[in-house]
Amino acid sequence: MDSLLSIIVFLPIVVGLLMLLVPKEQFAVFRWGSFLAMLATFFLSLPLLNGFVTSDQMQFVTKLPWIPEFGIDYHVGIDGISLFLVLLTNLLGPLVVLSTFSAVQDKVKQFYVLLLVLQTGMLGAFVSLDLFLFYFFWEVMLIPMYLLIGVWGGQRRIYAAVKFFIYTIVGSLLMLVAILYLYNNGPVDPATGKHTFNVLVLLGANLSAAQQSWLFLAFALAFAIKVPLWPLHTWLPDAHVEAPTAGSVVLAGVLLKMGTYGLIRFAIPLFPDAAVQWQMPILILSVIGIVYGALVAMVQTDVKKLVAYSSVSHLGYCVLGLFSFNLLGASGSVYQMLGHGLSTGALFLLVGVIYERRHTREISAFGGLAQTVPFFTFAFVFTTLSSVGLPGLNGFVGEFLVLLGAFGENRVLGIIAASGVVLGAVYMLWLVRRFLFGPLVHEENKNLPDLNGREWLVLAPIFILMVYMGVQPKPFLSRMEPSLQKAYSRVEQVRARAALEEELPGLFEASSPANAPASSPAGDSSETGEEARTAPAPGEGAEVDTGFDPLSLRMDDQRGQDVDPTDGVFEGVAR
Amino acid sequence: MNEAAYLWLIPALPLIGSVIAGLVTLLTSHKEIHHPPKVVGWISSLAVLGSFLITVQGFLALRGLEPANRFLELTLFEWMAIGPLNLNMGFLLDPLSSTMLLFVTGIAFLIHVYSIGYMSHDRGFTRFFAYLNLFTFAMILLVLGDNLIVLFVGWEGVGLCSYLLIGFWHTKTENAVAGMKAFVVNRIGDFGFLLGMFVIFWTLLSQHGTPTFDFRLMQSQAHLIPAGAAALAGILLFVGATGKSAQIPLFVWLPDAMAGPTPVSALIHAATMVTAGVYMVARMNWLYEMTPLPLTIIAIVAALTALMSATIGLTQFDIKKVLAYSTVSQLGYMFLACGVGAYAVGIFHVLTHAFFKALMFLGSGSVIHALHEEQDMRKMGGLFKKIPITGWTFLAGWLAICGIVPFAGFFSKDEILWKAWSSHNELIPWLPKALWVLGFLTAGLTALYMTRLVAMTFFGKSRVEPEKEHHIHESPWTMTLPLVVLAIGSLTVGFLGTPEFLGLGPNRFHAWLEPVFSGELYAVQAPGSRQSIDLAEQRAHGTDSPFVFADGDENATFRTVQDEHGHQATETQTDAHGSVGTDAGTEHGTDAHATPAGTDAHGSVDTHGAAAASHGGAAAHGGGHGEHDTTMEWILMFASLGMAALGIAIGLFLYLRSPATPVSIAAGFGGLYALVRDKYRVDELYDATIIRPLVGISRSFLWKVIDVRVIDFIVNFVGLAAKGTSFIFRFFQSGYVQAYAFVILLGLAVILFRVF
Repeated sequence: MDSLLSIIVFLPIVVGLLMLLVPKEQFAVFRWGSFLAMLATFFLSLPLLNGFVTSDQMQFVTKLPWIPEFGIDYHVGIDGISLFLVLLTNLLGPLVVLSTFSAVQDKVKQFYVLLLVLQTGMLGAFVSLDLFLFYFFWEVMLIPMYLLIGVWGGQRRIYAAVKFFIYTIVGSLLMLVAILYLYNNGPVDPATGKHTFNVLVLLGANLSAAQQSWLFLAFALAFAIKVPLWPLHTWLPDAHVEAPTAGSVVLAGVLLKMGTYGLIRFAIPLFPDAAVQWQMPILILSVIGIVYGALVAMVQTDVKKLVAYSSVSHLGYCVLGLFSFNLLGASGSVYQMLGHGLSTGALFLLVGVIYERRHTREISAFGGLAQTVPFFTFAFVFTTLSSVGLPGLNGFVGEFLVLLGAFGENRVLGIIAASGVVLGAVYMLWLVRRFLFGPLVHEENKNLPDLNGREWLVLAPIFILMVYMGVQPKPFLSRMEPSLQKAYSRVEQVRARAALEEELPGLFEASSPANAPASSPAGDSSETGEEARTAPAPGEGAEVDTGFDPLSLRMDDQRGQDVDPTDGVFEGVAR
Repeated sequence: MNEAAYLWLIPALPLIGSVIAGLVTLLTSHKEIHHPPKVVGWISSLAVLGSFLITVQGFLALRGLEPANRFLELTLFEWMAIGPLNLNMGFLLDPLSSTMLLFVTGIAFLIHVYSIGYMSHDRGFTRFFAYLNLFTFAMILLVLGDNLIVLFVGWEGVGLCSYLLIGFWHTKTENAVAGMKAFVVNRIGDFGFLLGMFVIFWTLLSQHGTPTFDFRLMQSQAHLIPAGAAALAGILLFVGATGKSAQIPLFVWLPDAMAGPTPVSALIHAATMVTAGVYMVARMNWLYEMTPLPLTIIAIVAALTALMSATIGLTQFDIKKVLAYSTVSQLGYMFLACGVGAYAVGIFHVLTHAFFKALMFLGSGSVIHALHEEQDMRKMGGLFKKIPITGWTFLAGWLAICGIVPFAGFFSKDEILWKAWSSHNELIPWLPKALWVLGFLTAGLTALYMTRLVAMTFFGKSRVEPEKEHHIHESPWTMTLPLVVLAIGSLTVGFLGTPEFLGLGPNRFHAWLEPVFSGELYAVQAPGSRQSIDLAEQRAHGTDSPFVFADGDENATFRTVQDEHGHQATETQTDAHGSVGTDAGTEHGTDAHATPAGTDAHGSVDTHGAAAASHGGAAAHGGGHGEHDTTMEWILMFASLGMAALGIAIGLFLYLRSPATPVSIAAGFGGLYALVRDKYRVDELYDATIIRPLVGISRSFLWKVIDVRVIDFIVNFVGLAAKGTSFIFRFFQSGYVQAYAFVILLGLAVILFRVF
């Protein structure tokens, strides 16, 4: 049980390395070997879901000393946030391999080895609880992706790959500097008495506002590039257009989430003061991204580019939700990450299907496909509906929660962001209209083969999950709730303190903790005061507790999932 | 709580039907089909019939309950729950939703049957039924949902089906464009709808209430919502309604939606979906009662929409386009009723309109069918004898929409005009009379353009193209039977809501809906909220109605009465409603000696009630004498009957006796006529001011300049600058990833060596 997570992470790369020993003509071995490895990884990760206990603790934790001299551990574990991202990665894995059976005919061996290495890199990054380990996996992801674009890509693949690389490496290197700084200035591990890369320990770091600000910016830049947050997005359309289908699916489905995941796992909890300080600029950028991405997507002539810009818009929602600093926005954001992985993954798969048949992605080369390929039409329209957030499918839940949360945080930004709901429908339905409907004008499209059994097999699990996630978000949301509360607990404290400072300047210097409840603003918090008193609030946490904004995360005391707000530290649980 | 486990079957049956039809469609999509499997059509129809029968069962169950406790509910599962949000997938059957559901499923069944005949030669037969059943499912969700989000699921679901069905014949680009336009315009409305929901949610949260979207729970916390937030939420929700129900400024999609098959126009774009906005406003009545502004806006928009689209209807030649603009106009009437606070009347018009407009659309479909897809009225004429069943039934629809007694439209339209006249607006005192004038003019125009349609289609000389002339045939029974049923409905449903003053007893339709609009049905303790919800307090907050009636048969009056008598009124009100026919209770309000409804004592009861009302200071035109009020009602009724007769007379004269006159009149108006014929060029206006600039800026500025020139330039510049200045470091910056990887490995190796 303890090693399950590690098996999941390393199974792909082990199979990949073993495949290096196989002669390169054995296509079937590479194809089926990778598929089975990915499938096994997926089935192995199902016990994670079963064994996961809804709580705010890290689970399936493994902690082994790696380089003890530097306080570097092999330290992995999952909580309610990473659980689902791991599952998403492992679900898409076998489907992506299956989708490449006919598309990849060149350098087959290398392709599948890289895909497997990439899988391990992504899984490792999602489960790492050690910053050094995280950075290691982060870089492991980068190189296979670079090669996938640069070797198996389209005509401008070199340009796209280098652009992808430069963008990413700039962010990564700054993050590395920040990690090292944090290591040197962070707290020592009480167990060893040394400096440490352990995230759970570093969460207790006592950094000045200026230190936090710089460190936050370095982390946030690396993650914002990965998201990508406007205006750091221009690598994405090029990378997507040039990447082979499998690369695009992995890129959109999983790799982009690495950015948003990094924000909620590291940037926000590690540097809460800075997160609050930089909240507004990031919110504004994400809202610009939503609208800008949608508008630019609208006028694209290349299907893949259109979907790429739609990702800029959708990921804007994710960042918006994360920085709304309430549970609604944050849960919506994580849900949107999963939902976008499915819907955009499926879109790229479908574009790949049609590209394989026609070798073009120009929208004007199509039209009227509904007459010749009804299965494809059904699948494409269904995916479109998921992407535009039709209620009943996955997209709606995330979008709705993000917008609801954002509206509570900032009315104006919430309203502008909500206009993305209209623009999303415009660019997707316009695409559908030009792609599938209208008269069949191009001779080449008259004898297109429809989806075959293998392609159905790739899409069917995604479609089923789209419906399930649309109808039953509860199992997802309830599992992520405690982890999200924990991730935001320090931000909550900062904001509560700031709110109190604003109302009663000098409160923190003057009053002792015990007096604080009595001096809490009576006007608007007679009820929140009650709530706070019922909450377990020991010692020095009391004054923070009483000031809780009624709009904040912790309104729901009746759900009994209170986290001690003063306990901003993740705690590894020994299971 | 009144659990009703069978409620889930109502939406489930059409959903199952849709899945069956959809699977058949997919499985047969690569086969050449010569005879569409009609059995699929029948399965779909029977699924809807099943829903209808279960709805009847629910309706009867409701009748058996006490008025104050008249609702059934069912919570299926917890849908979204995170933080302060607690959202269930649940259903609520009450007088309002059961009324809507009865005619939605009933008319949907008839139109399903009709479609079996109408679509029998179409390759997309099974696909059509998959969509139509899916639509029925979504519409049922919309009506039956017990919270705003479930309503919204249905709201978007019907929008999707509308999109799919408008673009049903997708090989023609215009159809696909029309479908897309419908969806996008509706999305603009939904944008407002979403924001309206957000406002309610966050207002409740910030006021320490229980944030919720549940109708009953929201209403029980109405007193927590400040007037400003209520006004904002009401207006934003109405923005959603202008999209779905085609009001100014978002009405532009509905006429284009006629690109879909005619049964779709009848079911979705006339009888059911487009009335969803009216239903929503009626459902949220408590919110709209809180402040005067939203209702005032609704009333003005509605009256203007009604008049504007009636004028356009007068100039169109496509038979379906005329009916489409007529629908927009009639929807205006419905909102006008809601806008003056007479929700029950609005819903009544929804009901009667569903019958006569579905009838006329299906009738036009039968005409189009007979003429082999001819829709231009200039190429019709003299069809009455050739397709008599269609002709006779169409006449019933015509008389109903013109408002000729005793057809259904007469009762509902007449009551709307009366409500507009007798209402009282706090913000704009002269508004009620202005609304009445607009509605009155629209009534005349309605009679005129519908007479024009009937005359040009069924009477006069035949202008049918010769090669089509001898193919004209009456439609099969699957198509004519629904016509006959709907014609009977158009003649009779009006009697469900006969107004009081005619002496036929109290208005049963109002009595049935009364518990919904008086709010008593919804008294519910908010779980977890610390305030005990005091009905009286809540009611006191709900008295800010902008429109207060001077006469005494609407609940708004009751509120006035209650204001006067204060606490006593509030206490007795429930009893009065509980034991007595609601109308009698309403008028009497405080009186202990409430007379059972339907007795002859009613005249005097009326006087009492009106007298009490007039003391409230709301009497705008010397009210206070019941007799006087009744007189006014009689006068207005004959005025609108006269107006309808005038419209019909002018129409018959112009289009049968003297067909040249309209042409010369049109020529006389010149540019103005062209403007109206071109639908006031609203589409062109939107195209020029919104769509083109947006696309242009996106393409030539955001993409080609910001992305390509500015951001990428900086990126490239960073790359070049680094390359240029760091000559020394070029080996570290060679661009060869292998080299980078090598350096990284080297670094790792050094670290590892140092360690071990």
